[in-house]
Amino acid sequence: MSRRLLTINKLSVTFGGLHALKDLDFYVDEGEIVSVIGPNGAGKTTFFNMISGMVTPTSGDIIFKGESLLGLDPNQVTAAGIARTFQNVRLFANMTILENVMVAQHCRTRQGLWGALFQTRPFKQEEQEIREHGEKVLSFFGTRLIGYRLDQPAAVLSYANRRRLEIARAMATKPTIILLDEPVAGMNPKESAALTRLIGELRSEWGFTIVMIEHDMSVVRDVSDRVVVLDHGETIAHGTYEEVSTNPDVIEAYLGRPAKESA
Amino acid sequence: MSTEDRGPSMSTAFIEEPSDEELPARRMLDQDWRKVFNYGLLLALVLVFVALTNMPVNLDHRMLIEPIFSMGYLSLFWLPAVFGLVVCREPVLAGMPSHAKGSREVLAGSLVGLIGGAGLSVLTFLLDNFNLRDPLVNWSPQLLELLSFQRDTAFGIAIWLPVGLVLGTFGGLAHLLSATVRRMLSWAFASVIAFAIFETVILDLSEGFAWLGAEWLVEELYFIRGGLTMHGAAVLAVVGGLFAAFGRDRAHRAKERFDALEGTSRTRANAIGLLVVAAALVILPLFLGGITNELLANVGLFVLLALGLNIVVGLAGILDLGYVAFFAIGGYTAGILTTTNRGESWPDWMPQFYWGTALVAVVILAALAGLFIGAPVIRMRGDYLAIVTLGFGEIIRLLFLSDWLGGYTGAAQGVTNIPGVQVFGLATVKGTDPRAVFYLVLFFCAIAIYVSWRLERSRLGRAWMAIREDESVAEAMGINTVNAKLMAFVVGAVLASFSGAILAAKVGSVFPNSFIILVSIVILVVVIVGGMGNIAGVIVGSVVLIGILGGPRQPGLLQEFSEYKLLIYGVLLIWMMLKRPEGLVPNVRRTRELHQDEYLQDAWLRGEIDADSEHTDDSHSNGNTGVLPA
Ligand SMILES: Nc1ncnc2c1ncn2[C@@H]1O[C@H](COP(=O)(O)OP(=O)(O)OP(=O)(O)O)[C@@H](O)[C@H]1O
Ligand SMILES: [Mg+2]
Repeated sequence: MSRRLLTINKLSVTFGGLHALKDLDFYVDEGEIVSVIGPNGAGKTTFFNMISGMVTPTSGDIIFKGESLLGLDPNQVTAAGIARTFQNVRLFANMTILENVMVAQHCRTRQGLWGALFQTRPFKQEEQEIREHGEKVLSFFGTRLIGYRLDQPAAVLSYANRRRLEIARAMATKPTIILLDEPVAGMNPKESAALTRLIGELRSEWGFTIVMIEHDMSVVRDVSDRVVVLDHGETIAHGTYEEVSTNPDVIEAYLGRPAKESA
Repeated sequence: MSTEDRGPSMSTAFIEEPSDEELPARRMLDQDWRKVFNYGLLLALVLVFVALTNMPVNLDHRMLIEPIFSMGYLSLFWLPAVFGLVVCREPVLAGMPSHAKGSREVLAGSLVGLIGGAGLSVLTFLLDNFNLRDPLVNWSPQLLELLSFQRDTAFGIAIWLPVGLVLGTFGGLAHLLSATVRRMLSWAFASVIAFAIFETVILDLSEGFAWLGAEWLVEELYFIRGGLTMHGAAVLAVVGGLFAAFGRDRAHRAKERFDALEGTSRTRANAIGLLVVAAALVILPLFLGGITNELLANVGLFVLLALGLNIVVGLAGILDLGYVAFFAIGGYTAGILTTTNRGESWPDWMPQFYWGTALVAVVILAALAGLFIGAPVIRMRGDYLAIVTLGFGEIIRLLFLSDWLGGYTGAAQGVTNIPGVQVFGLATVKGTDPRAVFYLVLFFCAIAIYVSWRLERSRLGRAWMAIREDESVAEAMGINTVNAKLMAFVVGAVLASFSGAILAAKVGSVFPNSFIILVSIVILVVVIVGGMGNIAGVIVGSVVLIGILGGPRQPGLLQEFSEYKLLIYGVLLIWMMLKRPEGLVPNVRRTRELHQDEYLQDAWLRGEIDADSEHTDDSHSNGNTGVLPA
């Protein structure tokens, strides 16, 4: 019986008059891979924004490892152990690839002014560790992000590699849960199959728990333990991929109302 | 003319050599006439404007080459030539053939010059026939006399047309010269002008190097009452031209060799370079006269300020327009603690402190002020933050000026009788000994440079960079942005307060209006023009702006220009923003950010861009980067 990591109770948020999320219940257990799917505008990204503290919910509660995340700033949420990637890749484009993963370890490191100015031994050691951990995280993606590329700005990366670097940056924060927002968007079938494998390894080798938003159903099918379907800010279905994919409500949400009923 | 060598090379920082094949020159009359006409009109306007700022008249007594050429005429003459040159400038694209230059370019230059000259003709005519002195204070007989070359008005009206034409043609002709000749000419010209303009400093220098026979040389070059002698100018032109032809290439190659170094030899070369510069800075002032040392000390004070602001604006991306507040706090704290003539509200038992002891209080107070001003401000972003900091800058100054604190701060009378700094009984650093002040400033600049350099390459520095790039993402990646930004604010505040404390000891007094908002603006301009986020850039910016033009209250090398200082600052700032937004000595990252398209294009041309073999779908790159060439 694995431990419950994240529990969300009756979470709602409104933007102006728009109910982006309504009374959402959700949970993740340690070591799970949970996919969140739903049509465009269903509120999936908003859901992530709320967990990561970038949007404040109107009501409800988010409990992570037994403590509420409500009222925490995004950096505190990350420090607590929840990292994320962004749907519209948001790297630090003018920092180098290595710096992108180094800066992500900020909340796991301590050294400040003093150490930097006097080049103390703990400072140097910590810098060394930050660097090594950064390189280790990058090498997870094979040769794509390491070697001569370490010192190149993130802006020169191809689109797919930028997505990989986003995941690496999230891994670098040493999280418990990683929230992936459409990790394979824009990749071709071969690449997305490869990344799907890596997502599996994120759990099996690195021990991360993963919540993933994804439109690509083959990815969802291949790695998810559970699937949650959102539509108009509400959970309309919940279960294994097989259960969900045959659920009439889900088919309706994606395909619209069957013709004979709407007539 | 003199701007020629700055012109093309700078805006092509990202443009590689054009391909060798050249398209034939365009036909003479195949021209965008409207553009030529517009440039001409613009030139006419600028010339009239410069004339009406009274710059020509004010600078006329300042001879550059005795007896033929004064700085007053220079202020007008360079414009037609530059306009004549730029009117036909075309962007050169990497690997693309460009048109050869021909008579078309020369003709355009002549026309622009002619139209511009006509502007001055009209002005001369109007000056003679109407009196607009009421709105235009510089509408004076002296200006008329200058514009008509001390002859009658008709001569003046007539002469500006050919003068404009000839100057514009020269500008146009520059297109036809081979690069070497062009470079030689511009160097010859620039060296004459530079030696003429920097006369005071060169005379000052020659005193220190008298034992090298410098005085004899200087006597040959310069006329007794100022300005270069004719033969002096000729010699300088030849030397400058020859240097451009031979010396510059060698310098270029040396630089290339240096750039090619890698690893430890690179580090060693860097260290040696640094040592040489440091040694020069320590030894040279011994040979410099009072004027130059004073200049250097002023430059140093601003280097200190600009390095501090660079951490706040350049690294952390917080646009602080009230930075002068910390300068003021440093100056007042040091002043009050060390003065012999303290405000009456202070208790009698409070001793008069030694400057070094007072410095501890200065640092603590500046850091606290950084925290107190920073805390409410730092949560804002962008424009709001800039405006609120602007307000805080004024508030601090007004507090020092107020009657409420007058008993402590001396209100409008300020703090006076501040003694100099005793250094181990060896010397007293105060205004009368600019060399000592310079050494003190140098010491603190060294500290500031070290601090900037170390912090940039630390966990904190990386956090600042991330915040500057995207604050929300930085926060989502676990950076406590409030703390990191406050830290930048505090470090900046402390560096500025050092500068203030030195200023107090140097000048011997501090007044509220030593700390007006203009100081903030000037420091910011120094950082922007020099190159935001780059230590060397900030230093170059201070040397160029403060050393040459002068600070808000400090005279620079071009003392004659002090009246037009702000005008020139403004023009320079606009020009930089348009042509070289990354500054004189740019920071690599900033350059990338400002020229991302060109950068990516160049990377792509060099084959460095990261193209996934299986993946070429770039249509999705709607993120924060430009579109990659597919
Ligand atoms: N900050 C905001 N202010 C106002 N409305 C918002 C905000 N963020 C999201 N919304 C709205 O909330 C709804 C849900 O958006 P969200 O981005 O969460 O959808 P999504 O499920 O991620 O869609 P997609 O599959 O297109 O990424 C949309 O209608 C969107 O316009
Ligand atoms: Mg989304």
